[in-house]
Amino acid sequence: MIDEELVQLLTPEGERVSHPEYASTLSGEEILSFYRDMVIIRRLCNESTSLQRQGQLALWAPVQGQEAAQIGAGRALAPMDFTFPTYREHGIAWCRGVPPEDMLRLFRAVSNGGWDPQKYRHSVPTIVLGNQALHAVGYAMGVQRDGAEEAVLTFFGDGASSQGDVLESFVWAASFNAPIVFFCQNNQWGISTPMSTQSKIPLYHRAHGFGFPGVRVDGNDVLAVYEVTKRALESAREGGGPTLIEAYTYRLGAHTTSDDPTRYRIDAEVEVWKHRDPIERVKSLLVREFKIKTSVFDDLAAEAEALALKLRDDVLAMDRPDPRSMFEHAYAAPHPLIDEGLRDMVELGVGGGAH
Amino acid sequence: MATQTMTMAKALNEGLRAAMEKNKKVLIMGEDVGKLGGVFRITDGLQKDFGEDRVIDAPLAESAIVGTAVGLAIRGYRTVCEIQFDGFVYPAFDQIVSQVAKLRKRSDGVYTMGLVIRIPFQGGIGAIEHHSESPEAYFAHTAGLRVVSCSTPNDAYWMIQQSIEHDDPIIFCEPKSRYWEKGEVNLDQPPNGLFDAVVRREGTDVTVVGYGSTVKTALRAADTAAQEGLSLEVIDARSLAPLDLETMAASLTKTGRLVVVQEAPHTASVGSEIVAALSERCFYSLRAPGVRVSGYHVPYPPTRIEEDYRPSVDRVLDAVDRVMGFDS
Repeated sequence: MIDEELVQLLTPEGERVSHPEYASTLSGEEILSFYRDMVIIRRLCNESTSLQRQGQLALWAPVQGQEAAQIGAGRALAPMDFTFPTYREHGIAWCRGVPPEDMLRLFRAVSNGGWDPQKYRHSVPTIVLGNQALHAVGYAMGVQRDGAEEAVLTFFGDGASSQGDVLESFVWAASFNAPIVFFCQNNQWGISTPMSTQSKIPLYHRAHGFGFPGVRVDGNDVLAVYEVTKRALESAREGGGPTLIEAYTYRLGAHTTSDDPTRYRIDAEVEVWKHRDPIERVKSLLVREFKIKTSVFDDLAAEAEALALKLRDDVLAMDRPDPRSMFEHAYAAPHPLIDEGLRDMVELGVGGGAH
Repeated sequence: MATQTMTMAKALNEGLRAAMEKNKKVLIMGEDVGKLGGVFRITDGLQKDFGEDRVIDAPLAESAIVGTAVGLAIRGYRTVCEIQFDGFVYPAFDQIVSQVAKLRKRSDGVYTMGLVIRIPFQGGIGAIEHHSESPEAYFAHTAGLRVVSCSTPNDAYWMIQQSIEHDDPIIFCEPKSRYWEKGEVNLDQPPNGLFDAVVRREGTDVTVVGYGSTVKTALRAADTAAQEGLSLEVIDARSLAPLDLETMAASLTKTGRLVVVQEAPHTASVGSEIVAALSERCFYSLRAPGVRVSGYHVPYPPTRIEEDYRPSVDRVLDAVDRVMGFDS
């Protein structure tokens, strides 16, 4: 099932394996901090699913199973790099410093965004599949024109790989040699659409057709994802142009909380991938090679638990926005229809009153 | 006062040049805009003077022309996107409606979508299919966008510069049938604000509103009507979203009769919006219902018969007769 060209540095059992081109450069301390990030993201994700089930979120897009892909990629970024996410990049947002409660504003339906994209150098969530890949290439063309040593990292999934915008972004990145890395999390399913419907060849092979390198990495191996992404970002910063990374992974949960994956995929498949869990293998490594004690893991679990409870409190405290806020930031400059709408709303007494 | 006589195409070219000289962050991107200078030569000579990094010959993909301009805007650049013809803007529709229009809102005001999307629109040049359309209503309908159209070389020169300087995204509709018509350009100061309608000819009997190519049609109709003793006031809407309803209402309050002239079909059009909005504002001044003169509700016809589709002077005059006929 897994391609033999897959870059893997850590097996599902937590054993290190060598690769001819990539070697892990991470210390035990760093690996432990990656582990911490993954544990926290999974816990926050589970809390968010619960919040949705309890009617506190309109929707949630779980990231369960993809923690290594996101933490590995997120931790490979340099501070000045810029990222363009979909709506599922909670692990990337975490690595960029976006407060967890801000990640949930969209899903709480109190905002159409949630955080300051320039402050965190992490663009707003993008729901229309593939649109952000073009923004990323354009941003990278700007980096080029500024003569800056920065790279751009953009995300999409196996589903969006069929979108024209993603394929157009490949053409442009290649033609302009843009400093960009395309990070595709192939989680095998686009809601109910299997990978076999999206592509007859491995997705990373597509890059060659566009004229730049493609790499398939074990998306559940945080050590490998980190090294592969780091090298691709370095290459972009140094003028080496684009790279497509296909992080071969699996969406252990539903597409979103509105989805029911039992209708289209079999338990046996899920079981196979549970065995390839991205977090457990790192724990095995940490125990065996770095002799990390149980108490350390317990502390991390407690930290994640506390963050989850804080997230819950923060989300519950997010009130319905003032209806008048819908008129803010629709335009930069004054606009008669904004003035008119706001005036009508206020005159009718629905704006800013008690609710 | 420095004035120069030039075509609308040249005025756009000079306006783009002035904007690029003023602000180094201004870029031009589109198909064939470099060496060729664009199929209408609007960008003629600009790549030679400003370089390939600022006048970017794009691969042939409209969604990417707009989508990458969004990314450049996030990085602080101001890109003027050239869409080669009106009928080719639709591949970019998703980016325009979902991203260009909404990103300021979605970023809570952090992102400035400083970009201009130039679209040669309307017909009248004897082209083949997909080269003569009037897509302005799609964009006028979308919150977050602004839509303007020039009808004279002077407006072309100034409105393109004002659009580039503006912090909201602008859909800039150029009436391609008027590209080669000459007019005087005042190089010293802009004639009006970007979103102002302008009275092109004063009159007392009927207010005729047009934009782009139909302003001239309306003016010619006014000449003919004058021979019959009818006085038409002709307004160039210039801004299609938002509409300058004050200027139009001031005229309609005086005349009591409204005709709107557009090449686009009636249904859910800018002309429909003008009639509806002015009917609300000027109800007690109206002496007749507002009438639209539009393209017919058919796909743009083969251009051997396009002059039977586009609003003609005769069709405008017929509409004038109709609104005059309501007087008892």
